[in-house]
Amino acid sequence: MPLDRQTIAEWLRKATYVAEEVYSAPYRSAIARAKRDEEDLFMLMVFSEMMGVPNPASYYTLELQPLLLERFHDWHRRMGMEHSPLDHFKCC
Amino acid sequence: MSAIILMLLGLGGLALGFVFYSRFIAEKIYQLDPDFRTPAHEFEDGVDYVPTNKVVLWGHHFTSVAGAAPIVGPAVAVIWGWGPAFLWVVIGTIFFAGVHDFGAIWASTRNKAKSMGALTGDVVSARARSIFMIVIFLVLLMVNAVFAVVISNLLIAYPSAVLAVWGTIVVASIIGVVIYQQYTSLPLVTVVGVLSLYLMVGMGPVVPIELPEMVGPLSNSATWILILFAYAFIASMLPVWVLLQPRDYINGIQLFVGLGVMYSAVLIASPTIVAPMVNPDVPSGTPSLIPLLFVTIACGAISGFHGLVASGTTSKQLDRETDARFVGYFGSVGEGTLALAAIIAATAGFATLGEWEAVYASFGAGGVEAFVAGGASIISQGWGMSEEVAATLLAVMACLFAGTTMDTGIRLQRYIFQEWGEIYNQAWMKRSLPATSLAVGACLLLAFGAGGAEGAGGMLIWPLFGTTNQLLAGLTLLVITVILIQKRRPIVYTLVPLIFLLVMTIFALLVQLRTFFEAGDWFLFFVDILVLIAAILVALECSSTLRHHYQAMRSQSR
Repeated sequence: MPLDRQTIAEWLRKATYVAEEVYSAPYRSAIARAKRDEEDLFMLMVFSEMMGVPNPASYYTLELQPLLLERFHDWHRRMGMEHSPLDHFKCC
Repeated sequence: MSAIILMLLGLGGLALGFVFYSRFIAEKIYQLDPDFRTPAHEFEDGVDYVPTNKVVLWGHHFTSVAGAAPIVGPAVAVIWGWGPAFLWVVIGTIFFAGVHDFGAIWASTRNKAKSMGALTGDVVSARARSIFMIVIFLVLLMVNAVFAVVISNLLIAYPSAVLAVWGTIVVASIIGVVIYQQYTSLPLVTVVGVLSLYLMVGMGPVVPIELPEMVGPLSNSATWILILFAYAFIASMLPVWVLLQPRDYINGIQLFVGLGVMYSAVLIASPTIVAPMVNPDVPSGTPSLIPLLFVTIACGAISGFHGLVASGTTSKQLDRETDARFVGYFGSVGEGTLALAAIIAATAGFATLGEWEAVYASFGAGGVEAFVAGGASIISQGWGMSEEVAATLLAVMACLFAGTTMDTGIRLQRYIFQEWGEIYNQAWMKRSLPATSLAVGACLLLAFGAGGAEGAGGMLIWPLFGTTNQLLAGLTLLVITVILIQKRRPIVYTLVPLIFLLVMTIFALLVQLRTFFEAGDWFLFFVDILVLIAAILVALECSSTLRHHYQAMRSQSR
């Protein structure tokens, strides 16, 4: 019975959606914040050389800089710096 | 009288309240606007502000506000007979709690989803905000101390529940890791998790776990309290996804299962209420019904704690403003049904009046144990399961509620200490380890300070907890009333509950002050004075703010 199987699958998908919402909705913000904190630390490591903090892995992190530049503005604002701390290219 | 009549009357009253009164409040007083852009849309960021389906949001709101308190309060209060407790739960839910919770969500949504504390600062005054913080601190302190005592008493009275209570923590952390690492899908994990919880409940009577009478110099209840706080200490330091999140989830499912089992058992077994409607000869030492009833049942009739949940997380996720009615008001109705179940269990679950009187031999004696014993007898009559298993089921339910509240309570208290560290520039206090130690230390002090080395007298704080909780509700109602004055809307519907609460709270505190004085209980005497000062400050703040706004409005309209 292909129709029945479809209904069951549909029903299961809905149940999964509701269960996941119920599970994650109350803690969405706490977890997202923890994730952001971790990423902020990573940003600091990637851009540390440009702010005068020596980083032995800068050979590798240099490659990541253009990828992370998009998030740079939000990051320095979050870290309490009104304007970009970098001398060479500024976002604001 | 059959308990079915009481159940239908209660549920019917709550349903009417939701259908008619909440609609009236929504349309005429709060004037909800389906087109209003809620903060969840205005500031949508996928982190805090996320528009959420209203049923999901209701489930979250309801399970965060419903804890052990709506069980303990009514189960203690039926000592005056089932009539007063029943009336206060039904009327309180319809006219007090519903309006309060609903109003807190509405007020917060209309003010960029600010928390009630911040809103008090904006709408009332900075001074009121500090009072608010102190009252929150006191509420959390008492709730943690009382619930530790409640759980410890239950674990001693029902050794069969010990396995499931602690086993759930293990199951929850396994679920947490499995979901976080995305090993498998949630529905499968849910089924396995819930099944293993009920398997442990069923196995409980076979493997009862008891502590020896004395563990070294400590009694068994004191040992359980220490173990519970050690657990809460660790739990509140862990990342939320490890334990708190899956534990809350299981707890929510368990709440619905418990309510369903309880109400269906009442329908099948149709037990008779043996307790009197108004108890003519209450045991000596029982304080008078007015005002103590109104602080003994706080959650289940009106509770300030709900305002914190409503303005903290719920208002940030509200999809449409009109959803506030369902989420807030129906959330309180949910809690009312839990309180109602507690009343029925504690009055109809006994064979004779003499048996009931033996359990309620002194004030505070019945409580949650009476709920478990009475409820178990009803469930075993209705569903035919052994009374031991049924008792285990209910004891586990009450323990899990109290336990999750403790987890969250200690965590919130830690945040308060950290905030104080921020305000007063104490670097050490900002770190989580010392802040958590302070939080746990303060609660332990209260639990043992109130009950001596036994730690068992902690239930004495219960009415004090109720008063503090009502004060918090009073502050929230004040904020809503002031906003209504500013919007030139009728204020009776929030002002009357506010005045009633303040009068009853201060009255109850004075009555208790005398009791503690006569008993020579200086520790609780001191705590009572502390709460009394807060209550008087709140009352003064209310009167001055309301007068100020009222005069401003009159001079404007001239």
